[in-house]
Amino acid sequence: MAEKLQKLSVVTPQKVIYADEVRFVKVRGTAGELGILPEHAPLITSLDIGVAHIQKDNQWKKVAVHGGFMEVGGNRTIILANTAELADDIDVARAQRAKERAEERLASKSADIDLVRAEAALKRALARLEAADAK
Amino acid sequence: MPALRDLRRRVKSVKSTQKICKAMKAVATAKMSRAQAAVTAARPYARQMQEVLGRVSSVAGNVKHPLLAVREPKKACYVVVTSDRGLCGGFNSQILRKALNEIGDRSDVSVVPVGRKARQFFRFRGWDADTDFVGLSENVKLEEARQIAQYVIKNYSEEQYDVVYLLYNKFVNVLVQEPTKIQLLPVEPPEAGEGEGKEGKKTAGMKTQYIFEPSAEDVLSDLLPRYVEMLVFYALLESKASEHSARMTAMDSASKNAGEMIDKLTLQINRLRQEGITKELLDIVGGAAALE
Repeated sequence: MAEKLQKLSVVTPQKVIYADEVRFVKVRGTAGELGILPEHAPLITSLDIGVAHIQKDNQWKKVAVHGGFMEVGGNRTIILANTAELADDIDVARAQRAKERAEERLASKSADIDLVRAEAALKRALARLEAADAK
Repeated sequence: MPALRDLRRRVKSVKSTQKICKAMKAVATAKMSRAQAAVTAARPYARQMQEVLGRVSSVAGNVKHPLLAVREPKKACYVVVTSDRGLCGGFNSQILRKALNEIGDRSDVSVVPVGRKARQFFRFRGWDADTDFVGLSENVKLEEARQIAQYVIKNYSEEQYDVVYLLYNKFVNVLVQEPTKIQLLPVEPPEAGEGEGKEGKKTAGMKTQYIFEPSAEDVLSDLLPRYVEMLVFYALLESKASEHSARMTAMDSASKNAGEMIDKLTLQINRLRQEGITKELLDIVGGAAALE
């Protein structure tokens, strides 16, 4: 029997990043990591900044997801991302620079920086780098 | 009868105006197709978001959230989206007229102009806008929509506004832009599966118990601001597409009119010139006859 698959789409306000039938997807929700196999029970969760791992035909794909939501239901998984990038589209050098900049800002500890924003920037940069690694 | 020289000068000036109109039309056409593509690209997200929100709110119906709270609409706020530049036909005036109709002569209304034309309009009429958003980039960024959304959300939660409307030109097709009013806040959750399109129908009958992570309240409080952002973003995109198509049509008819004018003027010039020649000929013939 053929392998069970589920429909997955990764959608951002700009465009549909990814749409395919996949076997497994792992994302980082705000309440921790969770993996979704086909025929998962209906679920809605908000997502943290992190990397989504997608498995299809024994191949893994990584997508940097910068927050958003995921809805699972009827063997269909939708990731509504605020922004998302496929590993291949990530500019590693730029992410690296962003990471250093964010770290600098966090380290400087001066009063005039927006701590929340700097932390979010660092998280995004790390997610990008992590996703880009396994090209 | 105007002098020949004046007519020639006018033809020249109309011709150069026509050239400008044609160039603007070409630019608007190119920009319009890009803006239209952006609207199309944003549609799946908008639809999915609507569906998710519809489902969340149908399941978590009794969850209270500040952005869902309906208050007595004493202080209304209108976010009016126009373009930054003119020369786009009735695009700006039709939306501003609608805004004026909506507001009427109520004084307890705030306006948030988006785009230079709206800012000018309200300033001229002595409405002091609390803030404005002008100079939006050509390819509308989510960041810009977010700023607007966060501004109204903040004021709404602080009870500065009791209800927030968004007025913009909806892109129907290249020839038609429809001034549209939607309610931004309090959020009116769409019915589950209302999202136009096939996906919606498929899931409409499905009212399952969802698992929420971390909880329905948390998801909802994450989702609602995003939803407002998305509405603003989508409206901005539609407005951009409408603006360019309105400009394209306006410039098309302008260059056509210029063409007609040139034809008319040229006819006049030719007639004048011939008249002159005839007169001169008559003079010569008359002179020769007198000599004999």
